[in-house]
Amino acid sequence: MASTATFRIWRGDAQNGRFEDYQTAVSDGMVVLDAVHQIQAETANDLAVRWNCKAGKCGSCSAEVNGNPRLMCMTRLNQLDLAKPVTLEPMRAFPLIRDLVTDVSWNFQAKKSVKKFKPRKPDAPDGTWRINQVDVDRVQEFRKCIECFLCQDVCHVLRDHHMFGEFVGPRHLVYTAALEMHPLDTESRARDLKAAHGVGLCNITKCCTRVCPEHITITDNAIIPLKERVIDQLYDPVARLFRMMRA
Amino acid sequence: MPDYQTHEHDVLVIGAGGAGLRAAIEASASGVSVGLVCKSLLGKAHTVMAEGGIAAALANVDDRDNWKVHFADTMRGGQYVNNWRMAELHAREAPDRVRELEAWGAVFDRTKDGRILQRNFGGHRYPRLAHVGDRTGLELIRTLQDHGIHQGIDVHMECTIVALLKDDGRVAGAFGYERERGRFKLFRARAVVLATGGIGRAYKITSNSWEYTGDGHTLAYDAGADLMDMEFVQFHPTGMIWPPSVCGILVTEAVRGEGGVLKNSEGRRFMYDEIPDNYRSQTADNDEEGWRYTQGDKAARRPPELLTRDHVSRCIMREVKAGRGSPHGGVFLDIAWIKARIPSGAEHIRKKLPSMYHQFKQLADLDITETPMEVGPTTHYVMGGVKVDAETQMSTVPGLFAAGECAAGINGANRLGGNSLSDILVFGKRAGEFAAKFAKEQKAPSVDGAQVDAAAKGALEPFERGTSGEGAYQVQYALQEMMQNLVGIVRNEPEMKRALECLGPLRERAARVGVGGHREYNPGWHAALDLHSLLTVSEAVTRSALERRESRGGHFRDDYPDKDNAFGSFNFVVRKKSDGAMEVARAPIPPMPAELKQVIDEMK
Repeated sequence: MASTATFRIWRGDAQNGRFEDYQTAVSDGMVVLDAVHQIQAETANDLAVRWNCKAGKCGSCSAEVNGNPRLMCMTRLNQLDLAKPVTLEPMRAFPLIRDLVTDVSWNFQAKKSVKKFKPRKPDAPDGTWRINQVDVDRVQEFRKCIECFLCQDVCHVLRDHHMFGEFVGPRHLVYTAALEMHPLDTESRARDLKAAHGVGLCNITKCCTRVCPEHITITDNAIIPLKERVIDQLYDPVARLFRMMRA
Repeated sequence: MPDYQTHEHDVLVIGAGGAGLRAAIEASASGVSVGLVCKSLLGKAHTVMAEGGIAAALANVDDRDNWKVHFADTMRGGQYVNNWRMAELHAREAPDRVRELEAWGAVFDRTKDGRILQRNFGGHRYPRLAHVGDRTGLELIRTLQDHGIHQGIDVHMECTIVALLKDDGRVAGAFGYERERGRFKLFRARAVVLATGGIGRAYKITSNSWEYTGDGHTLAYDAGADLMDMEFVQFHPTGMIWPPSVCGILVTEAVRGEGGVLKNSEGRRFMYDEIPDNYRSQTADNDEEGWRYTQGDKAARRPPELLTRDHVSRCIMREVKAGRGSPHGGVFLDIAWIKARIPSGAEHIRKKLPSMYHQFKQLADLDITETPMEVGPTTHYVMGGVKVDAETQMSTVPGLFAAGECAAGINGANRLGGNSLSDILVFGKRAGEFAAKFAKEQKAPSVDGAQVDAAAKGALEPFERGTSGEGAYQVQYALQEMMQNLVGIVRNEPEMKRALECLGPLRERAARVGVGGHREYNPGWHAALDLHSLLTVSEAVTRSALERRESRGGHFRDDYPDKDNAFGSFNFVVRKKSDGAMEVARAPIPPMPAELKQVIDEMK
């Protein structure tokens, strides 16, 4: 591996910004976040970057590395061509705060709009439930989500069309799927999915699935079943007729 | 007059990991207004890193388990200097706290009959850890977060507290800054709960992130509260050691719980070489029995790899020092060998330890189903913290509460794996409950403008020195290096005295640190402000460790390598004297009630 590499890092805030080149020593096993930290310690003390666990578990250090949405802590330098400058940019779907840090607070608001978990009555007199492992396997896939918001960043409904008011994005559809498919949950979220959460806006390009660092099969396992649920519950002609008659 | 935003809450919770979230939920449920301050974004705290599970005597897997066994295990692990009342409350209440998580939507792995599955872990007599693969902490924090956001709690994200405010001896609020714009925030509160986690960043090799700079410890100390047991720092035996950039990242104990074994360069399972007397009767003396234990054989005793963390760490150091270490200065942790015992073993490993599989694959190009991992000790946890009342979690300062890692007592000299996730739930709840009660009973305190001015002035000083001052990171690195070398896993008097001598000049350097740029999301500034906390906890660890002239739990001295009963009857506390100097005192451990003594004797 080359002994030094150039990192072309976005510097600036919402008003002004530009790429700046930084050279730093690189060694075996380094990840992009290590290089950022080195640059921060050596030459750019005020370089803004968000990070925590540095082990791919907290989902804080999301950024765009050579244009690809990635966790910086899990992107090894030996996966990149160091003969050319490595470009580091903030996630483009969200408002920029500074340098590599964006304002992701919208995600926390969007999550609140999803109806919370509502369990059925306990199965046993001691207030506990009996659930089989096979019945939680698919929910556990969704619950691996580390909320890095890379799926939100890459989703064209949010990134290109800025439909933050109409669409909750892949992350919160995965969150909704985890609740809807939870074996104990009794709440119905179909109407919200159809209206406020805009599940129909997803046209299954699967970009979110491709960037998920937890390898959650977002589109196939979460979003498509939710679309089916909306159709089953709200567009079934027999059920519709039944509802009209009752009304 | 500094410019700041004012927020008013009945209860202010500082820290939003498991303990802080649980405290906020409880306080809010009792009808008071609650503010929750997170140093990072909500849901990113270090709780996500907890892998193995939550220790609670649910007895779903082994019906011989109950709170008494859990209590006795915790006391044995802590070498009997624990706050026994906290250990008792913890063991009794943990099962309810776990069941409550399920009612809030947590999805644990299941037993065959559909109950919460439990796994083996170091120091626990029976399979006791409720878990979700090896990402239990994420499940816990996400469950609390998703429940908590519907409770009407005001969340202040990316906000760091730099000082607690006091009114005539009691706590009156807190002062800090938010990262995004760098603006100051004043929080008026009738009660404050500290839930800020640990101090791992005082060391060079650590599993802790940038946040764990001992903020809560230092805020409490500066506010006049006692800290206790600060000499007891836990070095987790298995951190990654190669490549260098991942050094310190945790490798869960669950690897050993699932049958992983530790070997030296000669291929020998060196953990058999030294088994402490008080664990001898519970420990397997052959490979076959140990393996059967990990596979759920109730008649088998546990393998020596599952001895307590302090002991395993020292055994690893011993092998490395004796020249029997791995190429990069650790030992080998082998889970791949179980393929010889389990059909489709590789798949089994990936299913049981998915994050470990990915972590090594992605960060070290190593397939743990094929090749042994190289591991070595990493600074993981501090048993010491704010001295609190067992029932209420209130510190020695009225209105100031603490829970989780930043509080002391439950763990004594060494924490058992899995007891942290249960600790943060049990005592997070208690802290929230009693902080709310305190807030309801007391009238609103008044905030002293002079204290606010002083805190704001101090926080801005690094900007006045600008880029001509020294860089904050350089001082931080020097401190971490010094603590790692002089007050690490193996300690002695000359080295710790040197550490104390080094702290003076480091403090002077910290006072000269300068920062360029402006206040908006400026990590250099944040690092500069964290130095005060790092220096304070480093001094507390060093001074307490010097006084404890024996070896016990996480504290090992090669000049006093044995346990000394004379040190088993009290805890060391540190507090700030009126002249600002740090004083170390002894706090006697109250006598244990006969019932608890009997429990311990029965379990011996």
